[in-house]
Amino acid sequence: MTTTLKPPPATGKLIEKSWDPITRIVGSLGIHTKIDFENRVVKECYSTSSIFRGYSVFLKGKDPRDAHFITSRICGICGDNHATCATYAQNMAFGIKPPPLAEWIVNLGEAAEYMFDHNLFQDNMVCVDFCEEMVRETNPGVLSKAEQTPAPHSNLHGYKTIADIMRALNPFSGDFYRQALQVSRLAREMFCLMEGRHVHPSTLYPGGVGTVPSPQLFTDYLVRLMKYIEFMKKCLPLHDDLFDFWYEALPGYEKVGDRRIQLACWGSFNSPDDCDYTYKRMGDWGKSMTVTPGIVIDGKLVTTNLVDINLGIRILLGSSYYQDWEDQEIFVAKDPLGNPVDRRHPWNQTTTPKPQNRDFSDKYSWVMSPRWFDKRTGDNLAMDTGGGPLARLWATALAGLVDNGYIKATGQSVKILLPKTALMPEMEVEWRVPKWSNTIERDRARTYFQAYAAAAAMHFVERALKELHAGNTRTWTDFKVPDEAIGCGFHESVRGVLSHHVVIRDGKIANYHPYPPTCWNASPRDSLGTAGPYEDAVQDSPLFEENGPDTFKGVDIMRTVRSFDPCLPCGVHMYTGEGKLLEVHYNPMWGNPNAK
Amino acid sequence: MPEQQTIQARRSPDVKEVHILWLTSGLGCDGDSVSVTGASLPSIEDVVMGAIPGLPKVYLHNPVLAYDAGEEFMKAFHQADEGTLGPFVLVVEGSIPNEEIKAEGYWAAMGTDENTGQPITTCHWIDRLAPKAVAVVGAGTCATYGGIHATVGNPTGCMGLADYLGWGWKSVAGIPIVNVPGCPVQPDNFMETLLYLLNQVAGLAPMIPLDDQLRPRWLFSDATVHEGCDRAGYYEQSHFTKEYGRPECLVKIGCWGPVVNCNVAKRGWMGGIGGCPNVGGICIACTMPGFPDKFMPFMDEPMGANLSTAGVALYGHLIHWLRGFTNKSANKEPKWRHTGPELTTGYEPATYGNGHERSRK
Repeated sequence: MTTTLKPPPATGKLIEKSWDPITRIVGSLGIHTKIDFENRVVKECYSTSSIFRGYSVFLKGKDPRDAHFITSRICGICGDNHATCATYAQNMAFGIKPPPLAEWIVNLGEAAEYMFDHNLFQDNMVCVDFCEEMVRETNPGVLSKAEQTPAPHSNLHGYKTIADIMRALNPFSGDFYRQALQVSRLAREMFCLMEGRHVHPSTLYPGGVGTVPSPQLFTDYLVRLMKYIEFMKKCLPLHDDLFDFWYEALPGYEKVGDRRIQLACWGSFNSPDDCDYTYKRMGDWGKSMTVTPGIVIDGKLVTTNLVDINLGIRILLGSSYYQDWEDQEIFVAKDPLGNPVDRRHPWNQTTTPKPQNRDFSDKYSWVMSPRWFDKRTGDNLAMDTGGGPLARLWATALAGLVDNGYIKATGQSVKILLPKTALMPEMEVEWRVPKWSNTIERDRARTYFQAYAAAAAMHFVERALKELHAGNTRTWTDFKVPDEAIGCGFHESVRGVLSHHVVIRDGKIANYHPYPPTCWNASPRDSLGTAGPYEDAVQDSPLFEENGPDTFKGVDIMRTVRSFDPCLPCGVHMYTGEGKLLEVHYNPMWGNPNAK
Repeated sequence: MPEQQTIQARRSPDVKEVHILWLTSGLGCDGDSVSVTGASLPSIEDVVMGAIPGLPKVYLHNPVLAYDAGEEFMKAFHQADEGTLGPFVLVVEGSIPNEEIKAEGYWAAMGTDENTGQPITTCHWIDRLAPKAVAVVGAGTCATYGGIHATVGNPTGCMGLADYLGWGWKSVAGIPIVNVPGCPVQPDNFMETLLYLLNQVAGLAPMIPLDDQLRPRWLFSDATVHEGCDRAGYYEQSHFTKEYGRPECLVKIGCWGPVVNCNVAKRGWMGGIGGCPNVGGICIACTMPGFPDKFMPFMDEPMGANLSTAGVALYGHLIHWLRGFTNKSANKEPKWRHTGPELTTGYEPATYGNGHERSRK
């Protein structure tokens, strides 16, 4: 079995509902569903993306040094993650090890990106689905209960009841909503100190950074970081109160957006103590990252080795508008360790767009279907990132490798130290591996990862200052572009796994394939019939919204899709209003992995 | 009696309500919308919540921030198309693909057509909405001139707004296309331009001053990056770094600042922090109509810089050498600041007694 989708019980009449576009995300996403309102469950879901731009096409023939400037433009909220990942691939291809201070500066920039982006997305986009205005429209019963429920951590965040929290999250009028917007600007200032500009950085290069290190640089960062940490001491208990209440107010909500645990994390924050960017040692230096790379299946850590992770990547077609590359050339037959590289691996992919009309029984998306080949079982798994934080925390916790004084991975949890700030004492928070890979846990992990990134930044500031005080102020290493080379970069963009694969010939880019997290999460049904993670998480998900088909907002579905933190400069479709009544009865096509 | 003045803060705007319809469905990355959430002069909240005096009530319809999704969100766009929404400004983000070069399908779309079940293309939205808009604004270099996605070898044939609608295009209110380039757009540059247009619609400002590339003059036409760069002094003295991470001028390692219209070096990125050459990032000319192709490979010395930096070398080295003497002198305190019984400042104390007594009342 490649999916956990079970043939459902007998169903009532299905009503088609589409949401196009899905808002409060980045990019164009549509979600197209068939809903059984009698049994209050989603029966089918299709995720579509409505934009094609063609990066892999126009990168061919370009100077490989330009790759990070160009690929940053793939994403308008985590462009710097792309730029960073591209420089990792460049460093490998060009054979460079940047000076340690450069790595700490990049890590500080990327930590600020997580702090900013999760903050903006969580409190200005995701939590609007949990705000008073929305809950009043979709679940008035829940709102009444929230009015009567005291917030357990009101001493920390200042809101007396859960309903007070919900009101504070109302768009624009809510004070926590506005505070979060402000904090997102503070964190972006931290980012700009290190990487120059947001969201497409100006100071990243292969070989290091152009940022000029000085006591001022790190002081300006640290003073802002302490303010962010103080904010986290309120933000974290506020979200815990809200999410805990959800389980309590709506028993069974843990099934919303629940899917088999198939979590992928490619690791974040390279350590200059260990990382030399060689492919041959990648399996080792990947383990010294401050976020551990890992594949977690059914709650078990399968690997933390980046070479294994790399070789397992497969790009399948099936429902996307591209021509297959079965007859195209193989660019990389073996990796530098002599392992065979699959034809469907990004190094060997050839992208040829084939625009056509949308047909949900055939091709319906511009997103391809990346999968991870599990050599133990032979399955091509539709891995997801849990929106980023869930997979990062889960893999890091189980691996138990990170221990830097501010963060400790224990084997089943991650402990995070938030030092004393102006008005609040030191706090230790602990994220424990949850029972489910579901909507609420994806959202909860996001707030914990904000704290994780802040604690990691404390460590990076200390290490950077140590270099500076020792007089090691160089931030860049010179290099020559080789005529022939290959490279790969692994990173965690804010919403999850990110890889860049490059092939250089005659000093130019001969092939380049970036794989951002949303390609994994938003992928459509693949050539083996396996549904993508959004589709899978929404299908069979129960509905708790009190509205019937006529006034249905689909809030539970929206929460699930948004819990993955979609970032498709792509698409999910649902039609609202009266809906179209279908004469179709449920056909368990996803029970058969070969059905098409 | 002085003539009675109407203060602007109490003046009723000529147009009471304005909708901002924001299409993010060009070939882009939504980076301009995200960038604008970082603006503080003014912020989105300032404009939406009425914190700036004299403005019409503003309704923002931007997919990245919208409360509603799907058809609920699309309602305003359909109403605008039918002419029932009221006055609106159309903001376009992302480059405009050429949908005519293929047999079927779409490159970029937003929403689904009820009748066909197919996506509604972004071009179709622009065709429907631009003729009815009070003003059309391009946010970011993709929408203004094509940008990264319109690079050589691109499969979609995409272009900027003025390439699509025509460079002489004017709105029903007589306003040309307003281009705010930048990849992404500098947050305050965009919000300030929007504020100007809202003031214009309210009757508080004359026609927005634009240059021949349709950019707001005060933001883009008055200075190049170099003219506002705090490293320009190094250029003048012929101090060019050959490696990244140094404080000197970056022209020799790929900075295009001397020929690029952009205010980022003066303004910083947000809250005065960050930017490009001022903080160690080469200017890759991301605000320019010729971006990116005319400036690649980015990390090489720009054409022409070789000549101009050679020209400045003799003068620069000489001036730097001479300034060295003055600087040395400037670093020394005047000689009269010292301890001991003697006063050497030039003041002649008649009342101190013995030439070194302390002053008394």
